[in-house]
Amino acid sequence: MPDRLLVRGGRVIDPGSGVDRLADVLVEDGRIGAIDAGLAAGGAKVIEAGGLVVAPGFIDLHTHLREPGYEYKETIESGTRAAARGGFTTVCCMPNTDPALDSKASVDYVLSRAAESGVIRVLPIGCVTKGRAGKLLAELGELAAAGCIGFSDDGSPVADAAIMRRALEYASTFGLPVIDHCEDPQLAGGVMHEGWVSTRLGLKGIPAASEESAIARDLALARQTGAHVHIAHISTAGGVELVRRAKADGARVTSEVTPHHLSLTHEAVMRREGFEALAYDTNAKMYPPLRRTEDVEACIEGLRDGTIDAIATDHAPHAVQEKLCEFDDAAFGIVGLETAFGLAMSAVRVTSNKQQVTSGTGLTLERVIEALTIGPVRALALDRKIEGLGTLAAGSPADIVLLDPEGEWTVDPADFASKGKNTPVGGHRLRGRVIATIYGGSVVYETSGVTAV
Amino acid sequence: MTSPLREARSRETAIPVHLTEPSGAREWDRRHVLDLDDFSVSEIEQVLETADAMKEVLARDVPRAPALRGTTIVTLFYEASTRTRASFELAGKVLGADVINLTASGSSVEKGESLIDTVRTLRAIGAHVLIMRHPMSGAPYLAASHGDARVVNAGDGWHAHPTQGLLDLYTLRNHIGSLAGKRVVIVGDVTHSRVARSDIWGLSKLGAEVVVCGPPTLLPAELGRDHEDGLPLVTVETDFDKAVQGADAVMTLRLQQERMTGGLLPSLREYSRLYQVNEARMEKARPGAPVLHPGPINEGVEISAAVAHGARSLIEEQVTNGVAVRMALLYLMRGLK
Repeated sequence: MPDRLLVRGGRVIDPGSGVDRLADVLVEDGRIGAIDAGLAAGGAKVIEAGGLVVAPGFIDLHTHLREPGYEYKETIESGTRAAARGGFTTVCCMPNTDPALDSKASVDYVLSRAAESGVIRVLPIGCVTKGRAGKLLAELGELAAAGCIGFSDDGSPVADAAIMRRALEYASTFGLPVIDHCEDPQLAGGVMHEGWVSTRLGLKGIPAASEESAIARDLALARQTGAHVHIAHISTAGGVELVRRAKADGARVTSEVTPHHLSLTHEAVMRREGFEALAYDTNAKMYPPLRRTEDVEACIEGLRDGTIDAIATDHAPHAVQEKLCEFDDAAFGIVGLETAFGLAMSAVRVTSNKQQVTSGTGLTLERVIEALTIGPVRALALDRKIEGLGTLAAGSPADIVLLDPEGEWTVDPADFASKGKNTPVGGHRLRGRVIATIYGGSVVYETSGVTAV
Repeated sequence: MTSPLREARSRETAIPVHLTEPSGAREWDRRHVLDLDDFSVSEIEQVLETADAMKEVLARDVPRAPALRGTTIVTLFYEASTRTRASFELAGKVLGADVINLTASGSSVEKGESLIDTVRTLRAIGAHVLIMRHPMSGAPYLAASHGDARVVNAGDGWHAHPTQGLLDLYTLRNHIGSLAGKRVVIVGDVTHSRVARSDIWGLSKLGAEVVVCGPPTLLPAELGRDHEDGLPLVTVETDFDKAVQGADAVMTLRLQQERMTGGLLPSLREYSRLYQVNEARMEKARPGAPVLHPGPINEGVEISAAVAHGARSLIEEQVTNGVAVRMALLYLMRGLK
């Protein structure tokens, strides 16, 4: 790590500090030293950021790193490299590993692997219930002390309302939220959104009500307990509206949306670029499923108006054979770290995946950056653990991303650092590109020829 | 002394590869038959016209027209079937193809081989045409996009059964003439029916007015709404007594017993009371309106015994026509190696 680094001449957008101006950013000893125009290099390594946006490194509240247990899908090393390529400097990893992160020992293992092999910061999320089985509370106190920043049985909902109530109450002792994957298992059980596309393809549908009823239950429990519930990967117009009203009523609720739910619809299951027959694209199979254009628009609006606090990837890598099979047999989930910014930016410009560019959606570059930086930090109060996280305020960790919001690129899964190549946007042209990522003052990703000494 | 085998063989080769080509025969450039959704009207017409010629072959004393000699057809069935598989096998054999039948049990599928590997292996063995039945929707699309065998979908999950759709069109047209403007009611478990989906596409393309009928629990989401080109526009009617009014034909679907356990229906008794195709209801249809059923039938459940075996029933004719229609398809696909 060089002692000093100067990111020169970029447009600094730091929503957490209310900064949006042309300025240089000086990094000293892994922390932000100063932000001002015309700072002297004074022997610092210089990164020319003219024409680029300089923002705090992105923070992902929802990443599946798969280690331990599923190293064939992803490792902490490959997952954090993928994150760096996507502009992320902090990822919160979900506990559905094997063993699940339901004990101090397994959390310690993840943290030690992250220290050894990770290229960015990893913050673990602990299980709500032992073994994610939904029956008995995990030792949340021990998990909190081990460094967990929240609790979730993600991949599965906390199906039992009584367990969810106790989890919320108990977790609030440690000031931590329960992050719920909202799904009514009795109503769900399908493989894609229930609508005309599932009808056409003859696939079992997952109705919007499966998510909406689970969110409604969680909001009632948040009101009952006064505890903090964080709604993971919201996908339905009804769900967004429930959260909007609950926030207006003062319930302690936060929420996140994925880049793909901001940009793709259920038609992606049916159609693939350059493919004439019905696609049955297993790379468009995930939970919650891609939904209707109206839902995409509601998610964009929810993000714009602050109902949704954060953009989170739900990065879910799988091995090739887990996707190269019959649709019903294919694993749920898609990778998201390396396409997050490009897809989120497409939500700024496009309202549906019918490739019809509309005249803006009300969402802005500034809001997208906010939802990838200070948004997630505030949602889960991550700055209690790491002061200044998600901002470029002096003294904060020198986690910085350089962006070209207009930069066009073609998604090529073969180029991904992630082991998972399971993306529905392979071959798509995206506008919005990560140019370089700096973590703790070190360049952890750069497109060729960006940094110069 | 001539062996009976040799005698049979020489008799077969003596039969001329004579087929009455329909007038104005067109080029056929479709590699796979996966569903009717992407069939043009003229392609459907071509199959139906060719099926007439095949019926003529089937009516011969020795029904053989070995146009497909040298072609290897593999039927790959991951799900039980009697009539569809027998029908394809016979169609292939009448046309002189070598037909190999594989079922999921007793093959490498049981050892966990992936569908793609199975398809590639069969192609490597020399299969030209793969006729595939699979319990999961979309599986034939996976097979078609990996490896270069031609794939005919013989039924995939709830999704499609294009050859059933074609034979239904063929049978129906032989009885009620042009389908344009005809009111055709499809009644039963539409959600789980690949036959219904292919019938809806085929009937719509030929201009029929399609009425889909069943309890709401057995009707798929958003059917009957306009989705531009995404789904054919049909009328949805949950009251069968209304749906059948003035119908030119009724297509009955099989009711699977397991639908009772999923809470989709209270009982078979109630289902048959509300949706059974019987004489009393058929009297509301146009006089003589025919009734079709893809089989196997549950007599006394979705269809009364009197209708199933009565003058309106085209059920046996559907089975007979199935062979001719499948011969027609295999024949049309012959040039594409």
